Amino acid sequence: MPEQTVLEVYRYLPDEETEPRFQSYEITYRDSWVVLDALDHIKTEIDPTLSFRWSCRMGVCGSCGMTVNGEPKLTCETFIRDYNTETIKIEPLAHFPVIRDLVINMQDFMEKLPTVSPWLITDEDKPLEAGEYLQTPAQMARYKRFSMCINCMLCYSACPVYGLNSLFTGPAALALAERYNLDSRDEGTQERSDVVTAHDGIWRCTYVGECTKVCPKDVDPAGAIQMLKLSYALDWAKSLVLPGRGR
Amino acid sequence: MTAKPDKTAPLFWLLFAGGGTASAMLLPAMVFVTGVAVPAGWVAEDDLMALIGNPLTRLVVVSLVFLFLFHWAHRFRYALVDLGFGGLGKQAWLFYGTALAGTGLAGLAALRL
Amino acid sequence: MSRELTHPLPRSWWLKRPPYFRFMMRELTSVAVFAYTPLLIWALWSAADAASFSVFYEFLRGPLSVWLHVVVLVLAVYHTGTWIALTPSVLVLWRNDEQVDPNLITGTTAMLFLSVSVGVVWLVLV
Ligand code: FES
Repeated sequence: MPEQTVLEVYRYLPDEETEPRFQSYEITYRDSWVVLDALDHIKTEIDPTLSFRWSCRMGVCGSCGMTVNGEPKLTCETFIRDYNTETIKIEPLAHFPVIRDLVINMQDFMEKLPTVSPWLITDEDKPLEAGEYLQTPAQMARYKRFSMCINCMLCYSACPVYGLNSLFTGPAALALAERYNLDSRDEGTQERSDVVTAHDGIWRCTYVGECTKVCPKDVDPAGAIQMLKLSYALDWAKSLVLPGRGR
Repeated sequence: MTAKPDKTAPLFWLLFAGGGTASAMLLPAMVFVTGVAVPAGWVAEDDLMALIGNPLTRLVVVSLVFLFLFHWAHRFRYALVDLGFGGLGKQAWLFYGTALAGTGLAGLAALRL
Repeated sequence: MSRELTHPLPRSWWLKRPPYFRFMMRELTSVAVFAYTPLLIWALWSAADAASFSVFYEFLRGPLSVWLHVVVLVLAVYHTGTWIALTPSVLVLWRNDEQVDPNLITGTTAMLFLSVSVGVVWLVLV
């Protein structure tokens, strides 16, 4: 059944104006519509100047993240029917520079990801003839959850620690570090420690925990960071008792 | 981006975690004793004095003061950072120093018998 | 190069969403943990002689002390609740290649808290 609602959309056109503003669009939506459908409708039928990012429309690519009524959301899986507010407020993801309208600059995040060396690190490369690096399902289970990240940056947008200080390595990148640290085929825990245990790494996190709550893939970055703190802190304590091993 | 490990963070984090656990497990009961049981008259003055005078109790209480204070120092310091007072949060010595001084004070008080 | 807009986080960010507010309250329970330590130090110090201990004991029975204790108790219980709730995300245990149910860890910690509390009160009252 079609229904009416008003979308209050954050607008910023850098070539024409210096300040952002909100523009209201009255729309008629169907029960099956997600916020992204409504934005699409606005762009094709009402106002072609509106800009936003999207690609897969199925919660996989991670490009449609926006702030919906104050909460970071993937707009392609956020149904309009779930909001009973008079208007729905759509803003760009918080804590990132706004390029135009709902499009943010993700440069900082893109630069952070590789700093945690998110790939398998081995002390020696096996020769090709030696075959694959095998792993049991149980070994995979240890890190599987942390490997589901789609880089949508909702967690950065929910994290006030990152919002206050963008030097913080942040939830997704640190969860990815733990994903590889927990991988039975990986030997890079030590190599990652410089970045992970830096002051702007895990130790900046005060466990607000919102990253985990907003994650559309149930990755639990907050938990990953606590696990990192515990394991690196115990490593440190062991290195006191048994000097020579550890860092 | 050159990052180097924070050398002191693991120590202070372990103390924070230890103090957090100790206070989570013990503080409500302790506050109940001194804040409810004593005013209600369920604990006689002599009994309480004997309990606190016991060397084992004194050792435990000094350790708790140590853990509680280091828990506070770390958590409060980062709360100030999160409240937007990052400059104050940078003065780590202020917080851990207070915790250390308080522990020293508890140690001296415990030795006065 | 176009001009990009930044929106710095205001200091009042933690007042804007209930989960943020609960987080900040959780962090500020540490002030209660701190505030209780002078009392412990005073207890240690005064237990050396009956005269000093009487002053300490009478203070505990006075209204000021009771009110301060009420505030500290509320914060301490909140600290305990949040601490127990967060325990399973730090303590991730595996047994026979199966992850130990986080609820079991929360439950065990809660049971530990209850028995320790009963133990402390019993030690003092009996
Ligand atoms: S459009 Fe790909 S995740 Fe939403």
